[in-house]
Amino acid sequence: MQPVRKGRILIGKPGLDGHDRGAKVVARALSDAGFEVIYTGIRRTPEEIAAAAVQEDVDAVGISLLSGAHNVLFPAVLKALAAVGLGSVPVLGGGVIPDEDIPGLKALGIREIFTPGTPLSAVTEAFERAVTEYRQSEGR
Amino acid sequence: MSASSENSPRSLSGDDADGSFIRRIAEGVAARSPRAIGRAITIVEEGGPQADQLLTILDEAAPASDALTLGITGTGGAGKSTLAGRLVSCFRSAGHRVGLIAVDPSSPISGGAVLGDRIRMMRHACDPDVVIRSMASRGRLGGLSAATASAARIMKAAGCHPVLIETVGVGQAEFDIVRLADLTMLVMAPGLGDDIQAMKAGLLELTDMLVVNKGDLAGADILMREMEPIAHDRGKPLLKVSAKDGSGVDDLVREVFSLFRGMAESGRLEARRQRSSDAEALDWALEMAREELSQLLENQPDELKNCSPKKRAEAALFLLKTLKATM
Ligand SMILES: Nc1nc2c(ncn2[C@@H]2O[C@H](COP(=O)(O)OP(=O)(O)O)[C@@H](O)[C@H]2O)c(=O)[nH]1
Ligand SMILES: [Mg+2]
Repeated sequence: MQPVRKGRILIGKPGLDGHDRGAKVVARALSDAGFEVIYTGIRRTPEEIAAAAVQEDVDAVGISLLSGAHNVLFPAVLKALAAVGLGSVPVLGGGVIPDEDIPGLKALGIREIFTPGTPLSAVTEAFERAVTEYRQSEGR
Repeated sequence: MSASSENSPRSLSGDDADGSFIRRIAEGVAARSPRAIGRAITIVEEGGPQADQLLTILDEAAPASDALTLGITGTGGAGKSTLAGRLVSCFRSAGHRVGLIAVDPSSPISGGAVLGDRIRMMRHACDPDVVIRSMASRGRLGGLSAATASAARIMKAAGCHPVLIETVGVGQAEFDIVRLADLTMLVMAPGLGDDIQAMKAGLLELTDMLVVNKGDLAGADILMREMEPIAHDRGKPLLKVSAKDGSGVDDLVREVFSLFRGMAESGRLEARRQRSSDAEALDWALEMAREELSQLLENQPDELKNCSPKKRAEAALFLLKTLKATM
């Protein structure tokens, strides 16, 4: 049977920078693709993002960063998610991230990294794949 | 599933041959586990047999609590979410554990939605005694009000008291939610043309209290003066607050509890809950009948298919009744 709903995605923005245009564009694109997107706003701590992800029972988490603190904040979000029992929820990240940092972040468990210039369709497709796989593995 | 996986997140996954998964979820809800509460709300939102199972277990374990459900409605931008965040703070300082359901419209085209009410409530994000859930208005079986009612039921079973429900006051589905709450407030703000919109939408009649928000803005007093005769005629309390600086919010909370007590003592609360239960049952009945009827219509013989839609509907309904009578 076709699921009634396509899935729920949390878009969070940790860190200190106050620009959330990119995050909002992605949120809108995912909504247009049929997802329910919970947007938490800017300057969230990893713990706030994790607590919201649990309450909202999301199928994927997207985190967006401009501030350059990705090597600290991305792992911190993964850790916070694991601490609340969401260690297996796919996490995708976006932001101004140098190529040489990407393999390290992926090795830590960030499923995909989107840098400026990634087409929106590639972003939504990556979320679709991540959500589908997660829901299957969870028996949803 | 082995006992050792009990604490892993996978133990709350959905593969469930013997119903033990749903029992575990129900136990987790009673134990106030955030993960279990989150899963439980998804399950009841999606409807289906697991939802029934879960609600039945919860009902058997403990009767639905007498907690107040408080509806907050009004035009987008009136400050409902900001006010809800304030109300949550008040209830928390009074020692309550609070639930909040924020409903936003989904796109009629994609079915998707951007749910942004949490932005105004993040100060409560790490408080274990504030349970927040965002909901899109479409995309479930049994209708929005049924899903919202079930989510509120989960929150109550998880010890939340009161449960707040925020919803934009447009559309039938939203009206139904307003009706589902024990007590509802209509939030207005200067500069939005709310007063007129609300009157058109009939929300003035449906809600129990009128709240002029953004009391810190110059236009608030003018809006108050406009609303005073309207509130007076209908015998409804009218309050001015500022969700931004918090002024008036304590008075609003006192008014809420005083109205609620009055309703409980006069028996109006019970009557209202009965009505909302009737409405929810009707919601379900219509949803269920819809499936059966659409099948009957699809399978109508060709000569009927050429008749007018109304005639076809009557024929399908007649067939449904006859089928039920012979069962
Ligand atoms: N000046 C002022 N602005 C407010 C007040 N309450 C909310 N706002 C602002 O109004 C906008 C909409 O608020 P929000 O709570 O999201 O409204 P909602 O759409 O009804 O949930 C935001 O920019 C808020 O900061 C208030 O009491 N005074
Ligand atoms: Mg809102």
